[in-house]
Amino acid sequence: MVETPRPKRTFRRPSVIPGFGISFGYTLTCLGLIVLLPLAGLVVKASGLGLSGIWEVATDPRVASALRISFGVSALAALVASAFGFLVAWVLTRYRFPGRKLVDAAVDLPFALPTAVAGIALASLYAPDGLVGAPLAKLGLQVAYTPVGIFIAMVFIGLPFAVRTVQPLIAEIDREIEEASATLGATRLATLTRVVLPPLIPAVLTGFALAFARGVGEYGSIIFIAGNLPYVSEIAPLLIVIKLSEFDYGGAAAIATIMLGISFLTLLAINLIQAWSRRRFGYV
Amino acid sequence: MSEIFSPAFVPTAKPGPVASEGAATRSVLIGIAILFLALFLVLPLFAVFTQAFSHGIGAFLDAFREPDAWCAIRLTLTVAAIAVPFNVVFGLAASWAIAKFEFPVKALLITLIDLPFSVSPVVSGLIYVLLFGSQGLFGGFLINHGIQILFALPGIVLATVFVTFPFVARELIPLMQEQGNAEEEAALTLGASGLHAFRTVTLPNIRWGLLYSVLLCNARAMGEFGAVSVVSGHIRGLTNTIPLHVEILYNEYNFVAAFAVASLLAALALITLVLKSVLEWRFAGELAHGRAH
Repeated sequence: MVETPRPKRTFRRPSVIPGFGISFGYTLTCLGLIVLLPLAGLVVKASGLGLSGIWEVATDPRVASALRISFGVSALAALVASAFGFLVAWVLTRYRFPGRKLVDAAVDLPFALPTAVAGIALASLYAPDGLVGAPLAKLGLQVAYTPVGIFIAMVFIGLPFAVRTVQPLIAEIDREIEEASATLGATRLATLTRVVLPPLIPAVLTGFALAFARGVGEYGSIIFIAGNLPYVSEIAPLLIVIKLSEFDYGGAAAIATIMLGISFLTLLAINLIQAWSRRRFGYV
Repeated sequence: MSEIFSPAFVPTAKPGPVASEGAATRSVLIGIAILFLALFLVLPLFAVFTQAFSHGIGAFLDAFREPDAWCAIRLTLTVAAIAVPFNVVFGLAASWAIAKFEFPVKALLITLIDLPFSVSPVVSGLIYVLLFGSQGLFGGFLINHGIQILFALPGIVLATVFVTFPFVARELIPLMQEQGNAEEEAALTLGASGLHAFRTVTLPNIRWGLLYSVLLCNARAMGEFGAVSVVSGHIRGLTNTIPLHVEILYNEYNFVAAFAVASLLAALALITLVLKSVLEWRFAGELAHGRAH
C-alpha cells in the first residue's frame, strides 16, 4: 500500500511562480534596514527617558505650547479642508463644465509642489505687503507670522487628501436611490442630507484624519509663513529641529515619540472608521 | 412582461433633473469650488513665477550664475539618481512577493511598507540622526572608523529613500493583484524561465503603473525638505539640495534668487502633474485602482 505523502505545511501557499524567497527576503531586508531599524532606534532612545522623562518634556511650557498649536491648528485646518474638499469633490464628479479635467489635475498640486517652494510662496503672498496679505492687513487681519498663517499652509497641504478620499465614493453613488427619494416626495435638500450624505461620512472622516495627520507633521510649507515665535506660532516639528541643533537628542526624541504616538492613534481611528463603515455600509 | 427587462427598456444612464441640483445652485457651487482652488492652489504657484521674474530675466538668470546653485542642483540630481532606482527595485521585489504569492501577515507587511507616509518629515530625518549622529547609537563606531554618514551624501540619500519608500510598492501591489497570476503561469507552463516571464510578461503589463509611480517618487525625492534639512547640516556648496538652497536664499532676504531657484522645482512639479494626468487619462485601465492616496 502506497501512502500518499501529506503535504508539508509551508509559510506560503505553494505556487508554480518562482522567486518568492529572493523577493520576500529582499523586501524584508530593505524594510528592516531603512524603516524598522531607525524607527526602533527612536523607540530605544525614548524608552531610555522613561515615561516620566517624556512627560517632563511634554509639560515644558514651550513644548506644550508648540504641541497645542500643531494639533489645534491642524484640527481646524483639516475641518476646513474637509468641508471645501467635499464641495470640490462633489463639483468635480457631479457637474460637467469647461476646464473640469484641468481643475481635477490641479487638486494634486500640493502633492507635487515641494513643501519649501509652497512655504516661501505662501509667505510672500500673505506677508503684510503681499498680494493677499496687504488687503487683509487693511482689514486688520494679519496672516503671516501668526497661527492664521500656519492654518493657511495646513489647509493647502491637507486639501488633496480631503478631495481624493471622498471623490471615488461620490462617483459610485447609485443615482437611482436619489431618484427614488425624489419620487417619494423628498426635496433635493432632504435627499442630499438624508440619503446621499450619510454613507459618505466615513470617507469624509478618513479624509479629515489624513489631512489632520499630515498637518501635524508638516514642516516645510509652514516654517516660512509661521514666523516661529515661541509660545505664539512655533510648531512641534520645528521644536524637534531646534532641540537637535542644541544636541538635545533626548528632548527631540521625546517630542517625536509624542507626535508618533498621536499619529498612530489617528491611523487606528482611520482603521476603526473603515471597519465600522464596512459593517454599516458594506464598503470602505 | 419579459420585455421590461430587455435592453431597450433599461433606463437611460443620464439622470433626470430630480436627481440633481438646480442650474443656479450648480453654477454657484462650481464658482465657489473654482474660486477656492484658485486662491489656495493656483495663486501660490503663480506667486513663485512672478516673484522669480519680478526684477527681469537678468536677475532671474543671476541666481544660476552662483556656483552654490549648481552644487545644489548636482546634489539633488545625484540623490534622486540613487534613491529612485533603489525604490524601483524595492517596489518590484515587494510587489512580486506580495501580489504573486499567498502568505500570512501580508496585511501587516503592507502597513509597514506604508509606514513612512505617516511619519513627519522631520522625524524621518531625526531617526537617522539618533542612529548615526555623534551621540547616536552607532556614532562612536562611525567616528572611530572615519565613516561620515550624517551631514554628507549617504545621510541625505537615506533620508530621501525613507520618505519615498512606499511610492513604487503601493502603486504596483494593487496593480499586480488586479492582474493576477494567469499570464505568468501560462508563460512558465510554456517553458519560460522565471526571469524571462518577468521581463516579457509582467514588466510590459505594469509599465505604465511603474512609470506613474516613478514620476511621483522622483518629484518627492527632488523636493523633499524637512527630512533632508535635518540630516544635511546645511553646508553651502556641499550638502545643500535645491530646496535647502532655496531656504538659505530666502532667509538671506535674497528673494529674487530664492524664487528663481524655487521656480525650477515648481516647473518640475508642473511637468510631473501634466505627465501624471496624461497617464491617468490615457492609460487609466493600466494603473492601479485600489490605490490609496
